[in-house]
Amino acid sequence: MGQTIVEKILAYHSELDTVVPGQIVNAKIDLIMCHDVTTTPAIDILEKYGIKKVFDPDKIVIMPDHFIPNKDIKSAEMVKRIRTWAKEQGISKFYEIGRHGICHALLPEEGYVKPGITIICGDSHTTTHGAFGAFATGIGSTDLAAALATGELWFKVPETILIEVTGKLPECVYAKDIVLKIISILGVDGATYKAIEFTGNIIEEMSMEGRMTICNMAIEAGGKTGIIKADNKTKEYLDKKGVRGGYTIFESDEDANYCSVIKIDVSDMEPVVAFPHLPSNVKGVSEIRDDIAIDQAFIGSCTNGRIEDLRVAANILKGRKVAKGVRMIVIPATTEVWKQADREGLLYTFMEAGAAVSTPTCGPCLGGHMGVLASGERCISSTNRNFVGRMGSPESEVFLASPATVAASAIEGKITDPRKYL
Amino acid sequence: MKGRAIVYKKDHINTDEIIPARYLNTDRQEELALHAMEDLDLNFKEKTKWGSILVAGENFGCGSSREHAVWALRGAGIKAIVCESFARIFYRNCINNGFLAIECKNASKYINDGDIIELNLKEGELKIKTTEQVLRFQPLPKFALEIIESGGLMSYISKGGKF
Repeated sequence: MGQTIVEKILAYHSELDTVVPGQIVNAKIDLIMCHDVTTTPAIDILEKYGIKKVFDPDKIVIMPDHFIPNKDIKSAEMVKRIRTWAKEQGISKFYEIGRHGICHALLPEEGYVKPGITIICGDSHTTTHGAFGAFATGIGSTDLAAALATGELWFKVPETILIEVTGKLPECVYAKDIVLKIISILGVDGATYKAIEFTGNIIEEMSMEGRMTICNMAIEAGGKTGIIKADNKTKEYLDKKGVRGGYTIFESDEDANYCSVIKIDVSDMEPVVAFPHLPSNVKGVSEIRDDIAIDQAFIGSCTNGRIEDLRVAANILKGRKVAKGVRMIVIPATTEVWKQADREGLLYTFMEAGAAVSTPTCGPCLGGHMGVLASGERCISSTNRNFVGRMGSPESEVFLASPATVAASAIEGKITDPRKYL
Repeated sequence: MKGRAIVYKKDHINTDEIIPARYLNTDRQEELALHAMEDLDLNFKEKTKWGSILVAGENFGCGSSREHAVWALRGAGIKAIVCESFARIFYRNCINNGFLAIECKNASKYINDGDIIELNLKEGELKIKTTEQVLRFQPLPKFALEIIESGGLMSYISKGGKF
């Protein structure tokens, strides 16, 4: 029986020839990413067990991002502790303010993500890095502590769902629309304990940024990881980052065993919106009959805060204004994205339109800071979750959409089909 | 293990509801416990005074990887969670903390708020004392039980536990 990419990566890292779904393996971890929220507890755990040294400081990258710039004294103390700890441990890859960014955008941008490697982070959206053919998964702080101490972690080998996305991509339909559609098909727990492998001509034609958006949201269907086979596009991206070789590309065998195969033809798709309070609660824009007025429009996050996303939104907003009574917030995902957007004049376009532009942070996406919603308020957002209270008050509502739909909605002050602004 | 049930007949209770992100600037269990489940049920803290086993529907703990969700519930006095199904990272966090998470079909249908329930972990039996009904569940895998009995993943590893 053939093996899937995920099975091959886990077998290789566990020094086994083959593995089968359900098997518990102890896999070597190639890269550990740490951010502010889940790392301090891991440091506490290490201290509690008297573990003085991490397994390998060179395999650890620290990127505080959730409450950055620190929103209050507690957050400042949290990051201070991590900064001090990193120094003691000899971890040199610490991304300080000014070089900072949302970890899932910054990690690939800095050339750390390579095909075939294992990546963990105390953050559910670590699945993003599967876009490079890596096995990347989110874990909690105890797992983080265990991996920091030993360089290994236990995994139950997941079954894999194959999702084949084919057809001809209609205008104004983006990776975000496609992944929301996929989540609506799978349901928010349709891939629990499973890996999702994405394939098909639409995925192949997609940029690395688009692929990251797709894999980022694999967790919203409950997936352990999302993964896309590395190809020439992956190599070109890595070449640009100065990463030439030194990695292994794994491919699923033709006779690999998938627990299910889902085929989606996107040729007839339209832009979509996920309604409160689940990412699977998806409707096509043309199905929305009533006017849904918004108070806030947000573009940013690890899902859609990359340069491509900002270009799409700026293109729609150029020469137009954000509707009266609507607050628009744009947060480039990383410092580099911010600088690139500045060079291209995108930030000026946003501000001319009446949007506020901030330094990179996860802030508003999780109701942390810099865009928290009050009761009764409604936000259309390029982020990944719209659970009750996700962006602030439990009486607020979040609608998820592509940056194009968010921008068009900001102009009209209500949820709007972006195709009219093509 | 025996305890009084606090029941939410609801699926997809997520980590944002269990402990909202606005409180994640601390990892102290007692501070987190003050805000456990507050976006779902403001009376939760009152209920935990008399109840200790949380019962809910499918996909409990979906969303964020924050282990704070486990700590908040444990800090609030919850001794075990019985759900139709769990989200993966939350389930893993429970095992790693030595915190009991039991997957039991129909749990939220048959168990009502205030019922006294008794868990037999080795046999995979859940007895609802109030109605004398017995529900069955798949006993935890051996390695998970060993981790839980060790007091969590770090204790397990430090005692030389292998996979």
